[in-house]
Amino acid sequence: MRKPPTLLSLTIDIALLNLSHISDLSFLPDHVLLELFLRTLRAGKLTEKILKLFVATGKDEILSLISELNIQLILTPVLPTINIRDDEVDIVIGALHLDLTSFMEDWRAVFSRFHLIIVQDPDLKGDLKIPGGFSFDVYTKSDIESVVGSSSSSVVFSGYSCRYFGYLVSHKKYIISIDDDCTPAKDDKGELIDAVAQHITNLMTPATPFFFNTLYDPFRKGTDFVRGYPFSLRSGVQCGLSCGLWLNLADYDAPTQALKPGQRNSRFVDAVLTVPARAMLPVSGINIGFDRELVGPAMVPAFRLAKEGKFRWETVEDIWSGMCVKVICDHLGYGVKSGLPYVWRNERGNAVESLKKEWEGVKLMEEVVPFFQSMRLSQGAVTAEDCVIEMAAAVKERLEPLDPVFARASEAMVEWVKLWKVVTSRLSNFAA
Amino acid sequence: MAGVSPTPLLKDELDIVIPTIRNLDFLEMWRPFFQPYHLIIVQDGDPSKTIKVPEGFDYELYNRNDINRILGPKASCISFKDSACRCFGYMVSKKKYIYTIDDDCFVAKDPSGKDINALEQHIKNILSPATPYFFNTLYDPYRDGADFVRGYPFSLREGVPTAVSHGLWLNIPDYDAPTQLVKPRERNTRYVDAVMTIPKGTLFPMCGMNLAFNRELIGPAMYFGLMGDGQPIGRYDDMWAGWCTKVICDHLGLGIKTGLPYIWHSKASNPFVNLKKEYKGIYWQEEIIPFFQAVSLPKECTTVQQCYTELAKQVKAKLANVDPYFTKLADAMVTWIEAWDELNPSGEAPAKTSNVKAK
Repeated sequence: MRKPPTLLSLTIDIALLNLSHISDLSFLPDHVLLELFLRTLRAGKLTEKILKLFVATGKDEILSLISELNIQLILTPVLPTINIRDDEVDIVIGALHLDLTSFMEDWRAVFSRFHLIIVQDPDLKGDLKIPGGFSFDVYTKSDIESVVGSSSSSVVFSGYSCRYFGYLVSHKKYIISIDDDCTPAKDDKGELIDAVAQHITNLMTPATPFFFNTLYDPFRKGTDFVRGYPFSLRSGVQCGLSCGLWLNLADYDAPTQALKPGQRNSRFVDAVLTVPARAMLPVSGINIGFDRELVGPAMVPAFRLAKEGKFRWETVEDIWSGMCVKVICDHLGYGVKSGLPYVWRNERGNAVESLKKEWEGVKLMEEVVPFFQSMRLSQGAVTAEDCVIEMAAAVKERLEPLDPVFARASEAMVEWVKLWKVVTSRLSNFAA
Repeated sequence: MAGVSPTPLLKDELDIVIPTIRNLDFLEMWRPFFQPYHLIIVQDGDPSKTIKVPEGFDYELYNRNDINRILGPKASCISFKDSACRCFGYMVSKKKYIYTIDDDCFVAKDPSGKDINALEQHIKNILSPATPYFFNTLYDPYRDGADFVRGYPFSLREGVPTAVSHGLWLNIPDYDAPTQLVKPRERNTRYVDAVMTIPKGTLFPMCGMNLAFNRELIGPAMYFGLMGDGQPIGRYDDMWAGWCTKVICDHLGLGIKTGLPYIWHSKASNPFVNLKKEYKGIYWQEEIIPFFQAVSLPKECTTVQQCYTELAKQVKAKLANVDPYFTKLADAMVTWIEAWDELNPSGEAPAKTSNVKAK
């Protein structure tokens, strides 16, 4: 026979139903008060007014519970409503091909509501072909030279690095950048992925770098922090960088792709996760988003291989800037996320040819990665600019003796920060 | 790499450890996957109760009386009235690998509708290297169809041995009590097709519901602490083991993977009961985590036992002022290692305990 509810239980139920009419709870014995509080939580009836009622009792157990559960009187939503204000985003495209028609048409549904900054690779001769119906600005070699001055030798905006010029001249908060040989991918349900919206979601929701959540991004719908996740770490930190992935042609290096010419990435992994603090990762520039206000100066176009080419296999500039951003985010307390969104990366180039031409990048990683893993910034470095300058000095001191590419990198990082300060102040004076 | 070699069964090298208090009916659903293996059943609660094991399984069963008999006074380190008692199973096993699963966990289906052989995936995870020193953005590079991405140093591509494979759960997610109270209806329906290595220096909440590990590499660190009857805390057993294990793995250069496989978790425990058990843990966690994040083990500690004993010392020194419980726990950690070494003397044939019940 099922036990009938206790008188106490029934009383608490009635109290819960009439909670809005109760003005004072301090007369309740502690254990009853606690039970009522828990049932209020369970029933989803904890409003600001009712919370104040409980707090007013002054009972220790209630106050501790409120504090530990991180319930705050001023109820700010955990997730800001993801309202993408179109005027907060710039989509920066580095044009390594003249005819952008099919690229832009493929992305029209996603790109058309935003402003685009299209930077033409200064080595690419001719005029860009861009279809109508977009809001965009084009920057060519002459534009770059008029802003930067043709004498600046250390910061080079050619090849894939042309996009950094776009980062420089933008004055928006969020930048999304996608290689011009990528098209929208489909998810596991066959629906087209809005890569821009996903990057913005990643950037606008907190990151959790200090403790790994085994259910990945706890701010995604349908999931949360798991048992054992410290409550004090559950508000997270701002996300500075969002690293997306690629279906079809994954971002492998030349040796790997040459060894496995048929290998294509067909696995859609439905996750975004924060890369933990102090863990380094190879950031691929093919599909990224970042908060320009937080980490813009850290996205440095500094690491140019001697024989850098026009295929991703022949570059590592993004790996370098990505690790700069990671070290700086770790230091300043921001997060870096990796995972969704996916883009579809199309076939281009020949890995074996690239391997014959350029394998320096692969060799240099052996020095680069340990450098970034052990890089520590001083307490005095409180802005991204400060951090880059410190890192440039460390590169000069520790890596320069190993290869001339590092001397150039160090100089470029210093130049870049100078450029950044000049251009951003010029832009804000202009806007004022 | 031409073709994929089939995953070895490891049926003579792996024990499945199951703590239970009620019955083992769930084994019926697992039969196609578990039947080849030897089971170690740790019966918690009333030892006079008989636990019925489905026909056709090869198993040994230990109840509280057996634990007391085998360990004598050292039995005090094994929890009572809490699934933490399962670690006794790790101690008495003679196999190289352990898989542990809760008795309310069933076979899940992947997105194509196929039954997931969780054990096979764990074996794949454990037999392939881990990569804790640099994060691979395409997750486990040793999986079919994946690899290391551009920028990943070649010198790090050999990886390190995988000590632990941490699986996940569909349906009832492993939430703590406050989250359960606030979201009683939330179910985990997202199948994330990834396995990944948890980077060195990063802690995580290890759940013991669906867990495999290399007992030879890390066994002694898998002590599930003092929980349950007579203890001020519960539901932090696997958490504690996970933090100790991660710190030791980081020190010894071993890897821990998380992600696939999924099992189907069917039972939601009572959140009010859970809250009472976890209550202190929620506060203590705030001290415990910084402790583990700051732990540094001397390089002279080259075995798991040495690392663990050193850890126990540091727990006693640094956490005792949080609560006297930690002094008790530190002592129990030492007792555990002593008991482990007694039952698993190195260099000799393992001592057989007289509890083997064949089918």
